Amino acid sequence: MAQLQQDKEKLNLAPKKFNMWIFLFTSFMFFMALTSGFIVYTGAGKGHELNFKIPDIFIASTAVIILSSGTMYMASKAAKGLQFAKQRMFLLLTIALGIAFFALQVYGWYIMAIKMQIYFANPNASRSFVYVFTGMHLLHIFAGLVLLLNNLRKSNGKTPQVKNLYSMEMSSLFWHFVDIVWIYLYVFLLLNQH
Amino acid sequence: MSTLAVHDHHGVEHHDHDHEHHHNETFISKYIFSMDHKMIAKQFLITGITMAVIAMILSILFRIQLAYPDKSFPFLETLLGKNFAPGGRLDSNFYLSLVTIHGTIMVFFVLTAGLSGTFSNLLIPFQVGARDMASPFMNMLSYWLFFTASVIMLSSFLLQTQPAGPGWTIYPPLSALPKAMPGSGMGMTLWLISMVLFVASSLMGGINYVSTVLNMRTKGMDLWKMPLTIWAFFLTAILGILAFPVLVAGVVLLIFDRSFGTSFYLSDIVVQGQVMNFEGGSPILFQHLFWFLGHPEVYIVIMPAMGLVSEVMAVNSRKPIFGYHAMVYSLIGITVLSFIVWGHHMFVTGMNPFLGGVFMITTLIIAVPSAVKTFNWLATLWRGNIRFTPAMLFSIGFVSFFISGGITGIFLGNATLDINLHDTYFVVAHFHLVMGSAAIFGMLAGVYHWFPKMYGRLMDEKLGYLHFWLTFIGAYLVFFPMHFMGLDGVPRRYYSFTEIESLKQWVSVNTFITWAAIMAALAQVAFLFNFFYSIFKGKHATQNPWGSNTLEWTTPVERIHGNWPGEIPTVYRWPYDYSKPGHDEDFIPQTVPFSQTMSSNLPHDFEDSPVGDQEWVNTSKSNEHVK
Ligand code: HEM
Ligand SMILES: [Cu+2]
Repeated sequence: MAQLQQDKEKLNLAPKKFNMWIFLFTSFMFFMALTSGFIVYTGAGKGHELNFKIPDIFIASTAVIILSSGTMYMASKAAKGLQFAKQRMFLLLTIALGIAFFALQVYGWYIMAIKMQIYFANPNASRSFVYVFTGMHLLHIFAGLVLLLNNLRKSNGKTPQVKNLYSMEMSSLFWHFVDIVWIYLYVFLLLNQH
Repeated sequence: MSTLAVHDHHGVEHHDHDHEHHHNETFISKYIFSMDHKMIAKQFLITGITMAVIAMILSILFRIQLAYPDKSFPFLETLLGKNFAPGGRLDSNFYLSLVTIHGTIMVFFVLTAGLSGTFSNLLIPFQVGARDMASPFMNMLSYWLFFTASVIMLSSFLLQTQPAGPGWTIYPPLSALPKAMPGSGMGMTLWLISMVLFVASSLMGGINYVSTVLNMRTKGMDLWKMPLTIWAFFLTAILGILAFPVLVAGVVLLIFDRSFGTSFYLSDIVVQGQVMNFEGGSPILFQHLFWFLGHPEVYIVIMPAMGLVSEVMAVNSRKPIFGYHAMVYSLIGITVLSFIVWGHHMFVTGMNPFLGGVFMITTLIIAVPSAVKTFNWLATLWRGNIRFTPAMLFSIGFVSFFISGGITGIFLGNATLDINLHDTYFVVAHFHLVMGSAAIFGMLAGVYHWFPKMYGRLMDEKLGYLHFWLTFIGAYLVFFPMHFMGLDGVPRRYYSFTEIESLKQWVSVNTFITWAAIMAALAQVAFLFNFFYSIFKGKHATQNPWGSNTLEWTTPVERIHGNWPGEIPTVYRWPYDYSKPGHDEDFIPQTVPFSQTMSSNLPHDFEDSPVGDQEWVNTSKSNEHVK
């Protein structure tokens, strides 16, 4: 009987997990479009290069988000092993790191705008692109945090394990993806900063 | 506890099923916030038809202006108000708004959402053998986002200023500077909001379609047993998933330019004698981002129509579709190629001639799979046992328009010719034949053919024929003369041609076109009457009125939740076994196993299914020997 229920559940959830994969694809295309736009823009004329050094604070934020992928992995592992206390702890850690990342990015904007006087509304739009990349990525981080909070709610040990695992899988997919997107964007910016 | 968790979806057994859904089906959950794919399909269809009628009326309004540029029509002022038609003549800015909203509604709201939304929703679960979509909730959300987008788009007609006016392609700077013209202000903002919702809706729909096709096919339904409709919807959804996010990226940057003072697309702008502080932007960047979506978009529009037409043609020719595999590979070819041809919309933007050459070659290559499909349709008709139902006529009309519009595409794909023809009525003729007329005909074919599946009744054939002939002739009368105008250099999107000496002579042709358009528009009344009348009063349909092989016709006429009362049927064969020699009927549904059709089995039948049914191969071979 239990076996049968498991099967049914799988039947329903597999396509939904697949939906998440496809959604990640759309998101991927979105960032590819933005970076391609950057390439077309900078290629179009002289004086369209970034020509400034990307603030070092982004190294810190990169480290933080990579770390958060690690804690997310640990949380998933704990959830699979039915260790709910551990799962909650790692989830909380991931959320904290996510918020820290958010703060660091905003601090990065502060450095760019106030310290370096590189504004969003800029005659050299490649510099505006830096804000667009980070801003659009932060929107994803925000969505990821919402998913993680939802997980936290479900990790109380009372929610059926299938549901708990399912939503853990969904959000860790998303979280790792958002992590990878940031690394991509950061490397992209580093390669184009001069 | 755990039972509760697993039971929130349709059970596999009949019992759970009825039991679960009878209690909590209220009017609202059944007709409004429905999560049933069939109901959502109908919602999309009726919204799509409504939007199509509105967009058609808009086109008649601007056609009146083109035919009689100097006359005033007092009824226009009564109808549209002093703001839009002062003194009974269309305001020139309002003319641009009409063209813009007409194009936007037709391309996106009718031929993207109306077409894919209706038929992907209706046919994917039916034809792959699933009880519903992968995520019925997302499906519902998809419809309501679309509905909201439609309302917002139309609400721009209530503005004091104009609805959006920079054309359906919303090129900056007109779209980026709220002060550029009346249609750049609030109307443009509403356009952008509406389209963002629209894209969200399309993506949700598309994600569901792909996921359902890949994950929820019934037993035996491998990819090579899927009807061409499903292949078409599947690949269309993939196109949308890859292309729409790029439009969003373009629009996000546009919004920053509009409202946050950035200069992604703007440079050296002077508005009303005032130099604006935008510098260094590139309007061409927008065109790249737009057409990277825009070209796949035209195939998003045509591919579902291709799928519908393939199915209708095979059924009504009583013949297998000619070249099933070639049809699928052509669809895949079109899907892939459509991402590398966008530059053909930009030949005159000063692009590097070498790059132009590359886009020219890719563009001409994409004509190949399109031609393969055309020949296959014609070959399907060839010596078929044709039944001229209205759906069949519209399918044949589709092929006709696709040929005449596709050929001019090849003209335009040559950069040297396009430099002359770009932004003339030749382009308008091209895309109204190949997209406007062909895709609409495909959609109408679908409506006539699957009406019994949606409403359990049949549409009236006589009215169908009337509708077909008037529309078919009308569309050619409207769009064919535009080729000659374009060759003579008449530019598109002009308010009137009376100011330009060399173009004055075309006013008479414009008058003719306008009357043809009015006739074709009136012909749609026959359709609308037929459609709504038949919903309530049409002849009752039988379970399989056309003698089709596909799975949707194995479901009961009263469209129940979960589609099949018992188990989902298993599929044994491809969907095109029509008039198979040796069989007593001229069709063999996909659910009939080979063991029941010994007299007609061929070794060829088993090529695509390496497992199972092997024994029947031998038997059938020995059968042949006996003969
Ligand atoms: C045989 C394949 C085709 C070729 C080679 C082709 C080629 C072209 C070219 C070169 C243009 C640009 C003309 C210009 O603006 O100067 C164009 C415009 C257009 N084509 Fe096609 N086309 C083909 C099929 C289609 C199909 C199947 C559709 C839609 C279902 C379509 C829809 C459009 C639209 C909507 C435009 C005009 C967009 C605008 O500027 O508003 N084309 N086509
Ligand atoms: Cu194109």
